[in-house]
Amino acid sequence: MEAKLRDSIVEVRELTKCFGDFTAVDRVSFSVGRGEIFGFLGANGAGKTTTIRMLCGLLAPSGGEGAVAGYDINREYGKIKGRIGYMSQKFSLYNDLTVKENIQFYGGIYGLSPRETEERSAELFGIIGLEDLKDKLTASLPMGWKQRLALCASLIHDPAIIFLDEPTSGVDPLSRRNFWKLIYRLSDMGKTVFVTTHYMDEAEYCHRLSIMKNGRILEMSRPHDLKVKYAVESMQEVFLASLKEQS
Amino acid sequence: MKKSLGAVFRKELIHILRDKQSLFMVLSMPLLMLLLYGYAINLDMRGIEIVVSDRSLSPESRELIRHLEATEFFHVTVAPGGVSDVGDLFRSRKAQCVLEIPPEEGPLLLAIDASDPNSASFIQNYVTRVVSLSAGARAGLFTLEPRIFYNPDMRSAPFFVPGLIALILLLICALLTSIAIVREKETGSMEQLLVSPVKPHQIILGKVLPYTFLGFFDGLVILGAGRLLFRVPVEGSLLLVMAMMLIYVVTGLSLGMLVSTMAGTQAVAMLVTVSLTVLPSMLMSGFIFPVFSMPPVFQLVSRIIPATYFLEIIRGILLKGNSLADLLRPAGTLLGLDALLILLSIRAFRIRLE
Repeated sequence: MEAKLRDSIVEVRELTKCFGDFTAVDRVSFSVGRGEIFGFLGANGAGKTTTIRMLCGLLAPSGGEGAVAGYDINREYGKIKGRIGYMSQKFSLYNDLTVKENIQFYGGIYGLSPRETEERSAELFGIIGLEDLKDKLTASLPMGWKQRLALCASLIHDPAIIFLDEPTSGVDPLSRRNFWKLIYRLSDMGKTVFVTTHYMDEAEYCHRLSIMKNGRILEMSRPHDLKVKYAVESMQEVFLASLKEQS
Repeated sequence: MKKSLGAVFRKELIHILRDKQSLFMVLSMPLLMLLLYGYAINLDMRGIEIVVSDRSLSPESRELIRHLEATEFFHVTVAPGGVSDVGDLFRSRKAQCVLEIPPEEGPLLLAIDASDPNSASFIQNYVTRVVSLSAGARAGLFTLEPRIFYNPDMRSAPFFVPGLIALILLLICALLTSIAIVREKETGSMEQLLVSPVKPHQIILGKVLPYTFLGFFDGLVILGAGRLLFRVPVEGSLLLVMAMMLIYVVTGLSLGMLVSTMAGTQAVAMLVTVSLTVLPSMLMSGFIFPVFSMPPVFQLVSRIIPATYFLEIIRGILLKGNSLADLLRPAGTLLGLDALLILLSIRAFRIRLE
């Protein structure tokens, strides 16, 4: 366990979140290793977003304990914020700012100097491919490019781990594929990627996957192992079989 | 982490400058309000119907009537034979007052319809004045010689326009910031802010600062318009007025900011802001009704209304030529209020979701 703790960047035990009588996340435990692409698969309302929000310090857990990037999620959530990147489900950059202005703003609030932001964004634009669009008004970008811009903004301070909450919802299939190529690229660069999705094909791209329903984790393993376990061909079948077994 | 504050400041400035439609609204609305209210709220009376029953028909009585006719205040009807029933004239609204000049020497009789006591007292003052001026020869019967300070013509504009500046400036400034935070909650960008290490005070101050320029500019526009259109005097230092306006602009902005941190939607924020600023400022700040004539409870309430202090300041400087030394108490109170409201906004700002 000790050795595992050193290698993992996210480690939670019995994490729980209640909203009144409703238990959104019910005693989940898992750990995520450095450089891993870790996926949360589940229907809407399964508790994926609530879990991510607790890990990012946006929500106070009702119970359980854990650490992200070496900081306690119950007590040191302020410190966690400087070490992680987060991209919310809903596009949440400023439409009336240009691409460059958005990036400059996020660089600024993460405490980067204009020069650092400039250098860092040049590098990121190179990877993500926003260079030609940097003076365009964000509102004028297609959804797929907006997602890339949001990714870029969440990476501006060079975080060790990035949380992506349904990053590809509302994006066309080709853009989704390209976006996943980027995710792999980030993983190759040593970044940990924590991603939620309700697309089965995307679940297949993850190194490791947990299937959530009603706030609980039903399965957690490598996609390949899950298919072997249920003796099926696709993630779609794994997903349905695991839900059936549970009920 | 000065960089974060600067980043918020720059971002807000871009929001403000890029939204031309809102910018135009923000700059033109105060002017429009000043014009509307400035011309609508007018207590200057003219054309008061007066019936003069001249039973003396002497050179002196004719002189008195000429004097009354010479002012815009009265519209004179002469009834040479006398008036049979004063009450009838009042009931039918043919006259608001009747002046009776007796055939022989003796006091003049003035009957006033006091169903509007405010006008009645104006009329009484005015007639007394005219009579005393014209018939000085009459054995010193009316020797009253009132002197009026600060607003010798008793025009209402010099009294109302500074009040309007106080009212409009507070409303506009509070509205400007009332949506500043809640808008980010509605569009979802707040979540992205909360997940960053930016601190509440950096967000609050970074947002108040750029709006201060805008609010201050608005203040100058309505002050200039008040001067040009309503001939409001500036007896004291213009620089002092501007300095005080800056303090007051921040009061409005931080009040709006406090509302914005607590409101859930933009609509609620704007509604709360309007009801927090307009009604109390209009009724209980001394804008129309003097604070000292209010019931004690209302007098207490008036003390927490920012406009009360700014009214004292701006009327003091514009009409009486007050210097800073005369205004230390209200100015200090406003500054304290600024600090308190900003502190409360920072405290009320939730850095985590519920």
